[in-house]
Amino acid sequence: MRIPLSALIGLVMTGLFVLSALFAPWIAPYPIDAAVGQVWEGPSAQYWLGTDTIGRDILSRLIYGGSVTIFVALVSSLLSFGMGAFFGFLAATRGGWIDTGLSRIVDLMMAVPSLIVALVVLSVLPLNLTVLILVMGVLDSTRVFRLSRAVAADIAVMDYVEAAKLRGEGQGWIIFREILPNAMSPLVAEFGMRFIFAVLFISTLSFLGLGIQPPLSDWGGMVRENKDGLVYGKAAALMPALAIAVLAISVNLVADWILQRTSSLKGGRGG
Amino acid sequence: MADLLTIKNLRIEATAYPPGEAPRHLVLVDDVSVSVQKGRVLGLIGESGAGKSTIGLAAMSYGRGGVRLTGGQVLLNGRDIRAEGAAGLRALRGREVTYVAQSAAAAFNPAKRLMAQVIETSLLHKLMTKQQAEARAVELFRKLGLPEPETFGRRYPHQVSGGQLQRAMTAMALCPKPDLVIFDEPTTALDVTTQIDVLAAIKEAIRDTGVAAIYITHDLAVVAQVADDILVLRHGKAVEYGATDQIISAPKQDYTQALVSVRRIDHAEKTGDAPILRAQDIAARYHGTNFDVLQDVTVDVAAGQTLAIVGESGSGKSTLARVITGLLPARAGKITFDGRTLSPELASRSKDDLRQVQMIYQMADTAMNPRQTVGTIIGRPLEFYFGLKGEAKRARVQELLDQIEMGAGFENRYPAELSGGQKQRVCIARALAAKPKLILCDEVTSALDPLVADGILKLLLNLQAQEGVAYVFITHDLATVKAIADKIAVMYRGKVVRYGQKSDVLAPPFDDYTDLLLSSVPEMKTGWLEAVLKTRRMESAGN
Amino acid sequence: MHPLIKLVAQRIALGLILLLAVSVVIFLGVEMLPGDTAQAILGQSATAESLANLRESLGLNQSATTRYFNWLGHALQGDLGKALTNQQDIAHAIGQRLGNTLFLAACAGIIAVPMAITLGLIAARYNGRWPDKAISGVTLAMISLPEFVAAYFVIFLLTQVIPILQPVSMVFPGMGLFEKLHAVALPVIVLVMVVLAHMMRMTRAAILNVMQSAYIETAELKGLSPMQVIWRHAMPNAVAPIISVVVINLAYLVVGVVVVEVVFSYNALGQYLVDHVAKRDLPVVQAVGIIFAAVYIGLNILADLIGIIANPRLRHPK
Repeated sequence: MRIPLSALIGLVMTGLFVLSALFAPWIAPYPIDAAVGQVWEGPSAQYWLGTDTIGRDILSRLIYGGSVTIFVALVSSLLSFGMGAFFGFLAATRGGWIDTGLSRIVDLMMAVPSLIVALVVLSVLPLNLTVLILVMGVLDSTRVFRLSRAVAADIAVMDYVEAAKLRGEGQGWIIFREILPNAMSPLVAEFGMRFIFAVLFISTLSFLGLGIQPPLSDWGGMVRENKDGLVYGKAAALMPALAIAVLAISVNLVADWILQRTSSLKGGRGG
Repeated sequence: MADLLTIKNLRIEATAYPPGEAPRHLVLVDDVSVSVQKGRVLGLIGESGAGKSTIGLAAMSYGRGGVRLTGGQVLLNGRDIRAEGAAGLRALRGREVTYVAQSAAAAFNPAKRLMAQVIETSLLHKLMTKQQAEARAVELFRKLGLPEPETFGRRYPHQVSGGQLQRAMTAMALCPKPDLVIFDEPTTALDVTTQIDVLAAIKEAIRDTGVAAIYITHDLAVVAQVADDILVLRHGKAVEYGATDQIISAPKQDYTQALVSVRRIDHAEKTGDAPILRAQDIAARYHGTNFDVLQDVTVDVAAGQTLAIVGESGSGKSTLARVITGLLPARAGKITFDGRTLSPELASRSKDDLRQVQMIYQMADTAMNPRQTVGTIIGRPLEFYFGLKGEAKRARVQELLDQIEMGAGFENRYPAELSGGQKQRVCIARALAAKPKLILCDEVTSALDPLVADGILKLLLNLQAQEGVAYVFITHDLATVKAIADKIAVMYRGKVVRYGQKSDVLAPPFDDYTDLLLSSVPEMKTGWLEAVLKTRRMESAGN
Repeated sequence: MHPLIKLVAQRIALGLILLLAVSVVIFLGVEMLPGDTAQAILGQSATAESLANLRESLGLNQSATTRYFNWLGHALQGDLGKALTNQQDIAHAIGQRLGNTLFLAACAGIIAVPMAITLGLIAARYNGRWPDKAISGVTLAMISLPEFVAAYFVIFLLTQVIPILQPVSMVFPGMGLFEKLHAVALPVIVLVMVVLAHMMRMTRAAILNVMQSAYIETAELKGLSPMQVIWRHAMPNAVAPIISVVVINLAYLVVGVVVVEVVFSYNALGQYLVDHVAKRDLPVVQAVGIIFAAVYIGLNILADLIGIIANPRLRHPK
């Protein structure tokens, strides 16, 4: 299979991020919370990316912060994906009042921007990892619901699904053997998009001080800690910002490629 | 006489860019030469992919997508238009040559009134004043038989019917008084009774205005009515080129002979026997409507025989198939099969009832799961109904592939790797795998080229002789009906208007609708259109 | 009645119902979440007595329905209650900040909309060629950035690398328009960046969609020049989707504005909301949340209405 250069870059970068998140304690040159240098030192052989607002090594904090960001984003996107896809497929194949009811609930949830809903909800709930993951996952599952419902509904009216119904096949066969294999690729690409969204969302919440709470720290929180340095020309805040941007773009490149492969399959081979 | 348009050794190529794959280079048209004289009509005929539309557009030096004219000459009024720059091409498009597209519904801009679009070319090229152009448009509307010609142009495209739009498109093409009009399958998307009117209108307009035309179609019987000369194309190459009479009555090439003799399948009508399926007093309506799309429909078919249900779009013929399968439960009436009453609903029919009635669809493309191999597609009913597994299943799949004349090596292919005819054959094999007593065929040959369709019909007849399976054959195409039916039901607006053995249904005296339908089917001979129109005029004068 | 008017009326009614439903969710849904509101406000160290007092003053002893209708009745008369933290009148506090927020959003919109449409047209006109690839590549990168990340890149660039602007945006009542504009330059640049990328990509898609229609080929075969084809035949059909795209992205601006205000310490509605979420000042959060929701829903209805009105099939029924 031919992998275009852009997708290859995306795959490699995404892989590096995931690996560094997995092996953070072994890779990071310094402990996460130790003030090892001066305040806001520039990059040096000792501190590759410099030090932060209280003299901690930025590279080490980036590596540890990355594992928090990626973990929270991954779990919440898995949750949103699982919930959204399950209810989306249920709505598309059952139809009737189940479909109408679920769709109205989702309409209502999507009538207000996710960030605003999250802010309202987080003003009441305690700020911990479980709550953050649940809130983000549930809010974002609405988008997955819409997509998987649309994809499944498109496939459910195909003649080959009708043929399977006429044959007398059960719900299980129709969903798992007829619909799912054809819905997989757009859903996988969507998973990439949901993951990016979760990264941006948790970073934004942390930046606002409403996400990951100390002593844990993620990239958004790091930007918040170091933002004042920018006024004095200290670029420390840009490092975690850059990390967010690069991760998001890398995953985007991969998701784009998967989507393209899907459409080329639909176009048919040869023929 | 000097040629208006001369095409010499034309070669057209294209590069396709399938997403995520390497670009593919294609030769669409190879070494084609043809000419059109003033006031004459050239027919271009061929199957899909023959390059006929591409050649038509080449007369305006226009290539769709990545299509390029790479060799030969296109001489229009004596000059090579391939040498023209962009401005020169714009000057000739719409003034010297105009174009009538297959789907007028898509080719008209939905946001603008018809009149503005019809006269746009005349004003753009400063051929006449707005008043003159509008007067000419009204005159053309009248000539083409459009209703209320004075005010017709004030309507928007979505406010008129498909047949009327096609005529309006012809008016649009004729308005600037071009030298040449390209008609690209102008009647293909229309019902047969509408097609004859549009065809007659186009022919009359061509004759009255003295314009030259290129008429592109896949239907030889249609082109025989309007063309003076015919060029037969296949895979981008010229097969035969000659006067219409010669092509129709004395074709020289095998391929042309095959096209001319298409649908002349011999099939002796079978009679008698108790019905295997009987649908009685069926009424049905769609969910959420209060109108019966089927009313009092009663038909039956005997074991091993074929009932053809014929009608135009909106006649309810496909709905009847959905009622028989149980996808749309009947509101009234009952369906008996093999001596027992079938439940109206799919969900409450037994597995054996389902096995006995199989279905084949119009679009084989969408009737097969693109992610399953041919082996899986055909093997599933074997497994599902008969519990066949492993070697036994594989052997039976091979047997079925042999029956549909496809042989070994196909079981591992995906549908996208098959041709249109092969796809439909696989669908037939899937239906056959269930060993049904009845197969519902819903427009199974409509999406196929004529020769391929003939192959499918012959296969179906052979299988019927071997397996004794009955068919309910739903179609809008009377030639198909004549080829394979034993019994015919003619449907019109949800009702059966004529029903019986084929020989009775197709013999006079006719009811009005059947008469109209039968007389509208183009016949493979020149002069047929005039003869029909003359008869109809005499009849209406007689009334 | 003309079917168009009926559709428009239906759509507006639907929007109002949606807004009402949203207010119910924001008001009652929040209370159904696990946890005691009074406890959440006062923290773990609160005494039983202070909790009881707070419940009393919040009206938590009444049924939720009663409280909702009381709140709704007051809200409709412009009374949004008092903030828990400082007892200030919420409506008054919002009034002034709402103006600041709208000023910021309007400045961003005025710049972003024409730029997005122009760039979208250019990208669509040169579909697949280098101007398209350049524009699409840059905007793909831009939509991958959260607003605050984009903001700090811009701040670093325009206050440190090329020091021409101030990193903090303060506006006061009584400032001149020019002063105000200068003060909001940085946040506006950031907002434009973020909204522009989405708006341009959707504009490009809308135009390309129209350009693929068969009637565009018809127009080309009439001998019209590329610009004539676009203006006479593509535009009448692309205007509705483009306006729709613009309006939907203005709704998106509503979210961007919250974060950008915090970044620049710009004293407006978004900042006000975030502050009071941290302070767990529920009445303020509910009131501001519903205002943001109303703007968002309103803009989405507007986009729908434009789509309905621009459709010739609905404007000129059979």
